[in-house]
Amino acid sequence: MKFGRLIWANLVRKKARLVLTIGSFAVALFLFALLGVVNDAFSRGANVVSANRLVTINRTSIINTIPLSYRDEILRIPGVRYITHDNWFGGVYQDPKNFFPQFVIDPENQRQVFPELIVPDDQWNAFLKDRQGAIVGADTMKRFGWKIGDRIPIRTTIYGLQDTTFEFNIDGVYHGEKPEDDQTQFWFQWEYFKESVPDRFKGQIGWYTVRIANPDDAPRIAKAIDNAYLNSPYETKTETESAFAEGWVKQFGNIKFLIMSIGTVVFFTLLLVTGNTMAISVRERTNELGVLKAIGFPDRAVLGFILGESMAIALAGCVGLLLALVAIPQLSRAMAGLLPPLLVTAKTLAYGVIAALVVGFASGILPAYGAMRMRVVTALRRV
Amino acid sequence: MVRVEGNGAAGSLIQVRGLDKTYRRGSEDIDVLQGLNLDVDKGDFVAFMGPSGSGKTTLLNLLGGLDVPTRGTISVAGDEITHMSRGKLTDWRARHVGLIFQMYNLIPVLTAFQNVELPLLLTKLSKAERRTHVETALSVVGLGERMRHFPRQLSGGQEQRVAIARAIVADPTFLLCDEPTGDLDRKSADDVMDLIKRLVQEYGKTVLMVTHDPLVARQANTTLHLDKGVLVEAGGRQGVVAGSAS
Repeated sequence: MKFGRLIWANLVRKKARLVLTIGSFAVALFLFALLGVVNDAFSRGANVVSANRLVTINRTSIINTIPLSYRDEILRIPGVRYITHDNWFGGVYQDPKNFFPQFVIDPENQRQVFPELIVPDDQWNAFLKDRQGAIVGADTMKRFGWKIGDRIPIRTTIYGLQDTTFEFNIDGVYHGEKPEDDQTQFWFQWEYFKESVPDRFKGQIGWYTVRIANPDDAPRIAKAIDNAYLNSPYETKTETESAFAEGWVKQFGNIKFLIMSIGTVVFFTLLLVTGNTMAISVRERTNELGVLKAIGFPDRAVLGFILGESMAIALAGCVGLLLALVAIPQLSRAMAGLLPPLLVTAKTLAYGVIAALVVGFASGILPAYGAMRMRVVTALRRV
Repeated sequence: MVRVEGNGAAGSLIQVRGLDKTYRRGSEDIDVLQGLNLDVDKGDFVAFMGPSGSGKTTLLNLLGGLDVPTRGTISVAGDEITHMSRGKLTDWRARHVGLIFQMYNLIPVLTAFQNVELPLLLTKLSKAERRTHVETALSVVGLGERMRHFPRQLSGGQEQRVAIARAIVADPTFLLCDEPTGDLDRKSADDVMDLIKRLVQEYGKTVLMVTHDPLVARQANTTLHLDKGVLVEAGGRQGVVAGSAS
């Protein structure tokens, strides 16, 4: 630590340059954290899925329906424990910007298939008795300031319903077991939906979610389901919940590749900027480094001073991660409904610090090595 | 006693034998020093004079272990430095050499105290011990009151005195001064030379100094002249034995 004062004095000798360099680190790390959480948000579906769940959709597309009559047939396939079905409702609460996902659910089997989404028993029982009842995720409740007992109007324009408003009573709130579980959904009863839609939709559901006894049986069961409806008017496509979630994300494009590309460009640019800054900084004080060597500072100490400076700048730039920690939750609230919840995790922050240190090291190592190798008399001759 | 014939006593502090230094510029070899011999005893104060390009600074750099000779040997207090590795030479410099430059070469972002403390950071001294040494060195050069000042807040003469404090703070075996008054007015130059003489007379320091200025050179005990890489004449007020290199 006795060399700390020397490193500090050199760091702050050009304050404007220091602030700008730290600033560029901070901006890059903020962007890194933001891209990281967006990527996490989009891939969260694939991460939080259960290994023992399959999703069956219409082979043509998820927007095409499949018959409700398949339910009991699928349930008879060996290895299938529970099955539930959902429909996408696509409704609007007050204004289209207030988006949140609404699902028509099968109340009899919902909790058996999704045990990680927890509803207190009394609330669930109230929901079962209330045809217009709804169970709402904690995040959506918080977002709109809803309370149990509130009556919520939601308008839909799909399923042949032209601008029809459904009224719901909030009977309960669900919470996810894990922080990354989606708590934005709005569930309501199949029976309420069925009595309101035109006849052609009454026996049609959006997709099945199947809970199986053993994840190892997933390929066999998926094949059995799809084979059962081969050449029927409603052929099916069954895949694991993980594959389904990944496919869903891919509809938005290759998010991961996009984020990796942007992140790589940002950090490569940062490396060039900070590397150039460090090179200029070292060149400006070649003579001083020569003096240090002349009075007995070893080459490795000179290397250490310069690397110490570049690493210190990188660490100071981690203020960008702190900024992300504060700003991203605000951003997430502002973008609720448009993007999945954005969560800054310890892993993202740790990767940010590691990325900063790697860039700090890489930007300092070349000038530091040059200074280390420089001969004393050559350095002293420079003014 | 200073000798340049290469037959000095074995006990000399500095012994130089057959020293050559050749630089290569393009395809041309430039002989800066040729077959130079020198013996300097402890407590000597030697001035090297000569025209520009005569090899004075090169000789000083070689004696201080800042550069390596093409041929020949340099021994200081029994240590043969010409074959030391780069790392060992750095270590040796820290323990044995105090350097004073024409342009002072202080670190501008450090205070006078911090500049003087630099050589002590390489020792195992505690913070309190370092403080004592630095305060002593700065009081020797008369700048005990200027410890917290940065170089830009000091005059040229004061800066050079801080540089002298830095050179002596680790109690080196000898001091090398490269034009120590070259950038100073006469009054400041006299003050600096008085200080260097005090270091020799009161503290028994051995000083080797390069200068262009005959008035400054006269302050030394011995003056040696370098011309085209050869010690061609020598003189001193104390009747020093001297002669050109063979």
